[in-house]
Amino acid sequence: MVTLYPGPVEVGGIRLRNHLLLAAGILGTTGASLARILASGAGGVVTKSIGPSPKEGHPGPCLIVVDGGIINAMGLPNPSAAFTEELAALQGEPVVVSIFGGTPEEFRTVAGWFAGRASGLELNLSCPHAEGYGAAIGSDPALVEECTRAAASYGVPTWVKLTPNVANIGEIGAAAERGGATAVVAVNTVKAMRISTALRRPVLGNRFGGLSGKAIFPVAVRCVYDLYEACSIPVIGCGGISTADNVVELMMAGASAVEIGSAVIDDIDVFSAIAKDLYGPDGVDAQEIVGCAHA
Amino acid sequence: MHEQMPAPVAITEIVEETPSIRTFVFDREIAARPGQFVMVWVPGVDEVPMALSSPSSITVQKVGDATAALFAMHEGDLIGVRGPYGNGFTVSGRTLAIGGGVGVSPLLPLVTTGQADTFLLGARTASELLFADRIREAATLMVATDDGTAGHHGFVTQLISRVDLADFAQICVCGPEVMMAAVLAILDREGCAERGRFSLHRYMKCGVGVCGSCCTDPHGLRVCRDGPVFSGDILLGSEFGRYARDATGSRHRV
Repeated sequence: MVTLYPGPVEVGGIRLRNHLLLAAGILGTTGASLARILASGAGGVVTKSIGPSPKEGHPGPCLIVVDGGIINAMGLPNPSAAFTEELAALQGEPVVVSIFGGTPEEFRTVAGWFAGRASGLELNLSCPHAEGYGAAIGSDPALVEECTRAAASYGVPTWVKLTPNVANIGEIGAAAERGGATAVVAVNTVKAMRISTALRRPVLGNRFGGLSGKAIFPVAVRCVYDLYEACSIPVIGCGGISTADNVVELMMAGASAVEIGSAVIDDIDVFSAIAKDLYGPDGVDAQEIVGCAHA
Repeated sequence: MHEQMPAPVAITEIVEETPSIRTFVFDREIAARPGQFVMVWVPGVDEVPMALSSPSSITVQKVGDATAALFAMHEGDLIGVRGPYGNGFTVSGRTLAIGGGVGVSPLLPLVTTGQADTFLLGARTASELLFADRIREAATLMVATDDGTAGHHGFVTQLISRVDLADFAQICVCGPEVMMAAVLAILDREGCAERGRFSLHRYMKCGVGVCGSCCTDPHGLRVCRDGPVFSGDILLGSEFGRYARDATGSRHRV
């Protein structure tokens, strides 16, 4: 396997300690849990998605573990502007705040709370199970461009996380780039559901949710590959990464960095475990392999 | 990690333990350590974490939508359970258990497996004392009630002065957080906080350590996965006894 030379990297305007970030929505509710993940070897962390008003999320079950992954329908629970308090102890750390809204104006409002308080923003235009938010917006190129422009107006690094639940993800990535995104992140979860045969009803309280974990890794590879062709800004890979070889594969597809989420279910120290395999003093510069599969 | 879809279980028996607490027995045994919990799915309502009071039962107080819906259920009705989750109480040597209210429920498996030597049991009033008869059969029982209708008139924490803490390898505690924090303060004063084992209650959504809704300050410990049982020295200086988070993640005083 290819190994990479260790050290800090800059991706999409954000300086990271290494190429491995904590994905949005995983252990991102509190400053303390984010600090724990940074201390355990992540190069950066993305928070829980924060929106224009406090939300309790969907009724449970909100998450089920299935073969090869996790299906969740959390429903974007968040404390809204109060989340700024959680960031107080993380000043200067590589923290990306994930934000969502229902309109470009809401994106502008929420982005304003965090501009200058974090390393950058990640726009959630991809959650598959929150009506009026996320993928409801993220499948419309014109809305993606407008929401991105609104958040990026503060001049802070602005990443846009995309849904795989569209026919042409490259088209959406290009729209984000036109709106001023400094990177695109792919992918968010894949729309999914399970039914309890004994109870004859969907298991999740919201009926359907989003599948993450190993099962969607091939979807992530395909989407990153498409976005690398469609965009000139960096692509950040996300979806089912659990090994260093997965990281290398996504980089060869075109990712400049990766986000890891569901793999923490098996090992909360997955970041240091992957870093141990991924980096070595004889490793290559990541630039040598990013997108090399397109040759 | 293997698939963990909620297992369907039928309620086979509903036991009225006290005027406000019921035990729901179901038709499946779950191999669990004392103090582990399950996520209980009340179809169409919600899913909530519940301690196992035996391999095949949960013991519940009506406090919200899901528990109210459980209280409206009948024998034969189906619910879903996933788990067991969490670390549970791991004990060795002599054990003192301290329980208040419905918090006695995760401590009961310690009693029924012969792992509790002395039990300090508290409740608001005599009729709300939970599992007193079953505890008395297997351990030395001391009782306190807030209104003095049984045992010591006052808080269960006041019974601690009647035992010699040096006799016990660990002190397992579950109950209202204010009560548990008072126990921790006593153990800290006596220089044995590290022998305390406290079962925390926090808002949980996933139960498997990924969503972060139950993470505590300042260590970022997950109550669902790193807990729910924590030793007292870990809790000193933490949010324990001061605040907790609600479904939105906002902090509230406990």
